[in-house]
Amino acid sequence: MRASLRYRVFIHLAALATSVVILAPFAWLLYSSFVGQTDLVSRPMRWLPEHVTLDRYREIFAGGGTGAGAAFRSAMVNSFLVAGGTVVISLVVGVLGGYALARLRFPLRRTTLLSFLVTYMLPPIALIIPLYLLMSRFGLLDTRTGLIVVYCSLATPFALWNMSTFFGSLPVELEEAARVDGCSRLGALVRVMLPLSKPGILATALYAFLLCWDEFLYSLIFTSTSQAKTVPVAIAEFTGRNAVDFGLIAAGGVLAALPPVVLAVVFQRYLIGGLASGAVKG
Amino acid sequence: MSAAPPARPAPTPPATRPARPARRRPFARRAGGGQTRLALLLLLPAALVVFGVVLYPAGRALVISFYDVDSPFPGRYPFVGLRNYTEILADDRLWAAVGHTTYFTLVSTALELVLGLGLAQLLAAPIRLRWLFRAIVILPWALPTIVNGAMWRWILNAQYGVANALLTQLHLQGDYRSWLGNDPFLALNMVVVADVWKNTSLVAFFLLAGLQTIPRGLYEAARVDGAGPIRAFFRITLPLLVPNIALVLVLRTIEAFKVFDIVYVMTGGGPASGTQTITFFTYLQAFSAQRFSSGASLAYLTVVAILLLALLYLRLLRQSELMSP
Amino acid sequence: MSENMSELSRRRLLQLTAVTGAGLLLAACDVGGGSDTGTGADSGAAGNGEGQIKALFMKQAGYSEDDIRAMTDEFQKKYPKIKVEPSFVAYEALHDKIVAAAPASTFDVVLIDVIWPAEFGSKRIVTDVTDQFPAEWKSDMLGGALATAAYRDRYYGVPWILDTKYFFYNTDMLSRAGVDPASLSTWDGVLTAAQTLKAKKIVDHPLIWSWKQAEALVCDYTQLVGAFGGKFLSDDGKSIAFNTGGGLQALEFMKRTLDTKLTNPNSVESLEEDVRKIFSDGQAAMALNWTYMFNAANDPQQSKISGKVGVATTPSGPASAPGVNGSMALSVSSGSRNQKAAWTYISYITSAGVQDKYAKSSLPCWTKSYDDPTVASTLPQVVPVAKKQLANLIARPQVPRYNEISQILQAELQNALLNRKPPKKALDDAAEQARTLLA
Repeated sequence: MRASLRYRVFIHLAALATSVVILAPFAWLLYSSFVGQTDLVSRPMRWLPEHVTLDRYREIFAGGGTGAGAAFRSAMVNSFLVAGGTVVISLVVGVLGGYALARLRFPLRRTTLLSFLVTYMLPPIALIIPLYLLMSRFGLLDTRTGLIVVYCSLATPFALWNMSTFFGSLPVELEEAARVDGCSRLGALVRVMLPLSKPGILATALYAFLLCWDEFLYSLIFTSTSQAKTVPVAIAEFTGRNAVDFGLIAAGGVLAALPPVVLAVVFQRYLIGGLASGAVKG
Repeated sequence: MSAAPPARPAPTPPATRPARPARRRPFARRAGGGQTRLALLLLLPAALVVFGVVLYPAGRALVISFYDVDSPFPGRYPFVGLRNYTEILADDRLWAAVGHTTYFTLVSTALELVLGLGLAQLLAAPIRLRWLFRAIVILPWALPTIVNGAMWRWILNAQYGVANALLTQLHLQGDYRSWLGNDPFLALNMVVVADVWKNTSLVAFFLLAGLQTIPRGLYEAARVDGAGPIRAFFRITLPLLVPNIALVLVLRTIEAFKVFDIVYVMTGGGPASGTQTITFFTYLQAFSAQRFSSGASLAYLTVVAILLLALLYLRLLRQSELMSP
Repeated sequence: MSENMSELSRRRLLQLTAVTGAGLLLAACDVGGGSDTGTGADSGAAGNGEGQIKALFMKQAGYSEDDIRAMTDEFQKKYPKIKVEPSFVAYEALHDKIVAAAPASTFDVVLIDVIWPAEFGSKRIVTDVTDQFPAEWKSDMLGGALATAAYRDRYYGVPWILDTKYFFYNTDMLSRAGVDPASLSTWDGVLTAAQTLKAKKIVDHPLIWSWKQAEALVCDYTQLVGAFGGKFLSDDGKSIAFNTGGGLQALEFMKRTLDTKLTNPNSVESLEEDVRKIFSDGQAAMALNWTYMFNAANDPQQSKISGKVGVATTPSGPASAPGVNGSMALSVSSGSRNQKAAWTYISYITSAGVQDKYAKSSLPCWTKSYDDPTVASTLPQVVPVAKKQLANLIARPQVPRYNEISQILQAELQNALLNRKPPKKALDDAAEQARTLLA
């Protein structure tokens, strides 16, 4: 099957144009993080910088004691731990629950799934004050555990739905065969379903990770020290304090974007097969 | 099957898809009450994780919306029935925020959908270095919203922004201008631009996932019948993608309706409150003004609005499914 | 989801919503909160004066994070039985953090802005410390500082950061235009100077302000309201007064400087930091800003005009020349279980000795400090100006629902500045919306 030359030229040009539109803002962010402040604010703009500097990255990576760099570094660690914890927990409960929703027959099955999805509609603003009290009572304020607990409630509905739809798209016969061979239901889940579900699991994990790395409001209110502050809050504070140090903000932005971007690019190929939207047709 | 990546089982072509999912569950018919118990057991952790966190605060917020709570402390507050709702519904600022939110939601969702559809086609197309193209397209989705907002604010900076530099030096505009501060409607549109730039890639990947399940054979058949690519798109791709489109619409609409972070970073609700969205207004009411009841009632009005939208989509979806081949 | 969606009837979703709603109602047994902790202990004497306390500060302006940590270390050396754990948030998050943390009593000491004592005091988020407030502080502190934490003759904290907006100018630009800095003592003089600067093409837009829709806008407006002899509220405090007289003239003045292009149009999206940046880059000749701009604009690392920065008291209008009171205070939170220790800590870091030592970051609240040669020598140009300006301050309205009024005012001021409404109409609309909030 050979597409016409015109068509091939067209799609390549379109892809190129799209890439430019996507990459240009990124490129500017990256450029701003390396270029001297005087070049950044020159008017008319000097497109070829006179100064290139690594100072901002040095400040963030090596800045001592109580400076912006140290705060940023601990925020990165916090974000990693919180996102990691959330991914693991929401995946485990999502796989178990998703299996039940996909393969088991019980009353109110759809209502159950829907009631999970409805929680997604609640605006966090509505929950935040009662939640603050609740967390305070359990000593979870300003802790990474506390954030994990809250983020799991955000990530789990998606995990549940994605995994149940994904499991639903796997042929029943494989599992049936395993059970005929004497596997229990959970045995079949672990030995037959899970190995086949790698794309679904990875897509779910990626989604949950990005969600945690992105979340702002809860973290803003629930954390107050470098014990638990996450990257978005650190960036917001960063931009508050250094409102016009554009280069430093850009460097912070680049570093904050790095982990999710790398993960997304690495796992991108699983995404297409792993997003349940590929299987929404009943 | 040794070829990487692990392929997903071939999708059932729509023509032969079972009418009812139950038929795909021979197990299910065999089983009895034991399944219910197992299901409960398996769903319990998820329920704990979600409802353990959400239920109590959500209930409390609902109760608060019927009282007049004006401080964060526990205590006795006057019961006011529906007064918070009637008062907030009579507030001009809410309707302005509703206008902004509706505009933001409609325009950004529509743009993301249309661009996402095109982008999904492109992602699926046989281009060279397709892996690289896909990797590029996924970038904006991975960029944290806060960083995205800060980045666009910097690009659109009135005094030093690169958008101004570029447009001025290309002589597309006479002089540096304000993008976020002078004209509320322009500022709102710029927030839309930033949101569309980021979220189109998510939409495209969701649609691409659906696109991949459409059997090649259908296109071959269409070609034999003499249908061009445009016709094939409208006759095959679009109808078969309807469920995916509906899904993405619901997801994006809910997200767009709750929009907060990007407004907080990019404009702070200004200029002249022109980018204040419902959630941002709720935030100001609840925290800045300490009118928790007002904020809670606003939040519940938002939930109702989102529910209504979801119902509308579901209905549209059902109708269009009847029409699809 | 479509599998679930397509089979889902509307009735089912409504049913589900009803069931969930009922469940939620059951889950919520009381209104405000569970236990009644916090509000009771308002005597300001909880705790034995030892142990651990948590303090909430902000990350911007005034004392830096390093200053505060150093002060705290010195305090702990002196009071080894008290351990202080400072936290820092952005100013934008400070108010909301104090509110959210109040019922859980997370913090013992909180930093509050001058516009919050009415709100926090009347809602009992911070303690009334009037009884502990030594009489000599009332005479030894500057009047403007004292007002920072006061509401209806009660004290809700101890003044700590004393600040107002000064008038900064670029000496180099003025001398090139042949403008005498002495002529900048009135707003009329400033306008004339701006016209000269613009006519001689020394700078495109001589003036830059912080007129973004934020509290910064109200600060600039307040200073001008004072200059034009306006008032926010009527003398009995029961009605709005900013939509007439000086309040209106102030806004008309602002609008005029925009219309005549003497003011940088980007002022409407600038905060104080943007003002500093544009001024430091030599893209403006004159600006109002807080004390910190003097050091920052003179720092060659971040400024192109170091050594060319002039500072003066705010120009006067037809009425007078008050500076906006932009101070902050330290308060004991009402839920603190260690209020005694919190008070000890506050007393220490607000003391004249400590404030004098860190005067470079923020000028002291104490009258006598301004005659102290070591303080005067830290900022020789600013201190004499400050001494004059700090004696004449104007406050934003001291009402519990200030934040709401301010939000309304910000939006309407911008409506006027952006040509969406005539100034009179904008202020009338603001007054109409704010009227009910005074009660």
